[in-house]
Amino acid sequence: MENLNVYAAKMAPQQEFLAGGHRACQGCAELLAARLVAKTLGHDYIIANATGCLEIVTSSYPHSAWEVPWIHVAFENAAAVASGVEAAVKILQKKGKYPVDRKITILAQAGDGGTVDIGLQALSGALERGHDMIYICYDNEAYMNTGVQRSSSTPYGATTTTSPAGAADPLGQHTMKKNIVEIAAAHNIPYVATASPSYPFDLMEKVKKASETPGPAYIHCFVPCPTGWRMAPNLAVSIGRIAAESKVFPLYEVVNGEYRMTVTHKKHRPVIDYLKPQGRFRHLNEDNIAEIQQQVDKSYERLLKKVKMSSTELD
Amino acid sequence: MAKRVGIEVSLAISEAVKLAKVDAVAAYPITPQTHIVEHLSELVAEGELDAAFIPVESEHSAMSVCAGTSAAGARTYTATSSQGLALMNEILFIIPALRLPVVMTIANRALSGPISIWNDHSDIMSVRDTGWIAIFVENGQEAFDLTLQSFKIAEDHRVLLPISVNLDGFTLSHVIEPHEFLDQDEVDRFLPEYKPAVQLNPDDPVSMGTVGVPEIYAEAKKCQDEVLKGSIKVVKEVFAEFAEMFGREYKVVETYRAEGAETLLMTMGSVSETAMEAIDKMQEAGRKVGLIRLRLWRPFPADDLRAEMGSVKTLAVIDRAVSFGGAGGPVAGEVRSALYNVDDSPYIASFIAGLGGRDITVDDFIEMVDQAEAMAKVNEIHEYKMIGVRE
Amino acid sequence: MTKKYNEKAWHEYELGFMVSRPGCSAEYRTGDWRSQQPQTNKEKCIKCGVCYLVCPEGAIVLAADGTYDFDLEHCKGCGICATECWTGCISMVEEGE
Repeated sequence: MENLNVYAAKMAPQQEFLAGGHRACQGCAELLAARLVAKTLGHDYIIANATGCLEIVTSSYPHSAWEVPWIHVAFENAAAVASGVEAAVKILQKKGKYPVDRKITILAQAGDGGTVDIGLQALSGALERGHDMIYICYDNEAYMNTGVQRSSSTPYGATTTTSPAGAADPLGQHTMKKNIVEIAAAHNIPYVATASPSYPFDLMEKVKKASETPGPAYIHCFVPCPTGWRMAPNLAVSIGRIAAESKVFPLYEVVNGEYRMTVTHKKHRPVIDYLKPQGRFRHLNEDNIAEIQQQVDKSYERLLKKVKMSSTELD
Repeated sequence: MAKRVGIEVSLAISEAVKLAKVDAVAAYPITPQTHIVEHLSELVAEGELDAAFIPVESEHSAMSVCAGTSAAGARTYTATSSQGLALMNEILFIIPALRLPVVMTIANRALSGPISIWNDHSDIMSVRDTGWIAIFVENGQEAFDLTLQSFKIAEDHRVLLPISVNLDGFTLSHVIEPHEFLDQDEVDRFLPEYKPAVQLNPDDPVSMGTVGVPEIYAEAKKCQDEVLKGSIKVVKEVFAEFAEMFGREYKVVETYRAEGAETLLMTMGSVSETAMEAIDKMQEAGRKVGLIRLRLWRPFPADDLRAEMGSVKTLAVIDRAVSFGGAGGPVAGEVRSALYNVDDSPYIASFIAGLGGRDITVDDFIEMVDQAEAMAKVNEIHEYKMIGVRE
Repeated sequence: MTKKYNEKAWHEYELGFMVSRPGCSAEYRTGDWRSQQPQTNKEKCIKCGVCYLVCPEGAIVLAADGTYDFDLEHCKGCGICATECWTGCISMVEEGE
């Protein structure tokens, strides 16, 4: 648990808008994150959900886990559907034709495949047009719903069913994880953040900020997947913490172009602490791990430079 | 009172959409649909139409945005053509399944490749089975009238299905024609405000687009097909109400000088006007020919078609698209199915003509009648014949 | 008697096969998936609520005395609560023990 007052958990909103009985695997951090997001946004919001784990496990007919209005159309278009909902609610409220005149938050949610790969165009369009909505990507770093195929969000060295580590090619995934957070930030939108349910208050705070920010907000949420990452389900929350502590997944936000770390660590753990509990990295040798350590250090330094530059500008 | 206006057909469609007081328009530009959406964005910018105009980054997103706007309860419109319609394809199937009454104009254009911006019906035929109501228009007045009527049909709570209004790209969309416009109060009387049956609303939350498990998927598809088939009743009611109010009559199957005809040409879209000339010419020469036009393509008006087959011995169906590797043009295939097993059903000849902007002349129509009658005489077994192609 | 969802005729469903009962997935018992279940030593529990916060199922509920109970109809037995508990008062025990 994050380094807060031990009793802080009691202060989280008690209401639930994502019911139990959903069909997610044991220890699914995506569902944990979605539950925390739902808690934070409360009653007055509408979800446009992409096809993916979150969609199928929460909406198996005749059931729905959602206690708020929810629509699923297809895989690659959550951002576009949400754009439509946002535009419609806005114009209907203006014309006095919408049944609710309170502010309604519009939330698009999708997995990494639905965001960084097939949904990238619709996402870019929605961010560029400036719809007042939140887009959350729940990143479990592969196509888990279809059986753990690699996406462009799969990290270097991870074995998946379409980037398998084999005798002739022992590495697994050859490419670096696509930096979608920077792509979102490059749209000059007012709010971009990374988040993780391993830091529930940081996540909830960011969702709150995103909902209060006029215009588009993008949150990239790191959601460990015990099934796809081949690790024990009880580790789903702790591994997310190690990801932050080892600089693999730093927690930061970009507010109007200004970078700020939201969770910092006095001392960082080596990446091996993060890689070791996960079966998807078990095949890596020392050289591979050293290479990953180098990559992680380098991108973290790059991030720190941006943070530093932002704080200088603020001075 | 209604006024007569000479205006480009694309703009007349935009004016109809304005008079329908749509709440949301999402569109991506594609030739030859552009004039329609340009004019709509202008109407919004000028404050003449109080609607959200969402200029999306692709047609896939255009239709996806329409899903969102319609599900949130907005009267929703879009327009496209050809490749744009093809890119929407995935979402086209989902809109009727979610029962969203989106209205879309399709300025019909050939599909690539080779790339062609000119008119035929390959775009609409390729989305035949997506579950939309599909209407064809032949001239600007029909485009104006049927755009307005489409909202009323789609939004009827017995229907709640999307509609495409098809007009021939360039040959109709870009011509200037006289139109009888309706006044806003006339339109308001005909087309009241859209009342969604269900909408995304936090005070009454629903989940739309849940997983269709095997126990319900077949029922979902059966329901969709029954509602689509049943919509023909509403189409006819709306046509009748429009005729009653404004005096212009529409039928799901239209005929021209078909009484007592032994041979009928069958067309869809704006070529019908040339076909009429051909019919006039042949009748002057004493031939028993007439014209039948399909206004409604989906749901397919099989009963209405059969009712027109009285004395007909030969039916020459003109398709403007190829069903590759198939046993005839797509329309001819439907017509053959509808008339098969019907007593004394006519001989059906399948012609494909007018692909990718190729003209179909009066003489071409006469040639098709000649060929069809000759083929009927010997009951020639054939799949289709392409007219006006170099062999 | 109302028909079950898999007994209805095609015309007896809601518009567009939507689901209009919010949160009705709770009717589905995922507790059957479990091979281990959490147990709390309530004497060691400091009532912090961390277990409640990190449960992906929302299956940990506040009890009258400020400690937390498990909704065993939905708990899938993932063990996150036991791993995250500050005092180690939650342990995972084999089902049926």
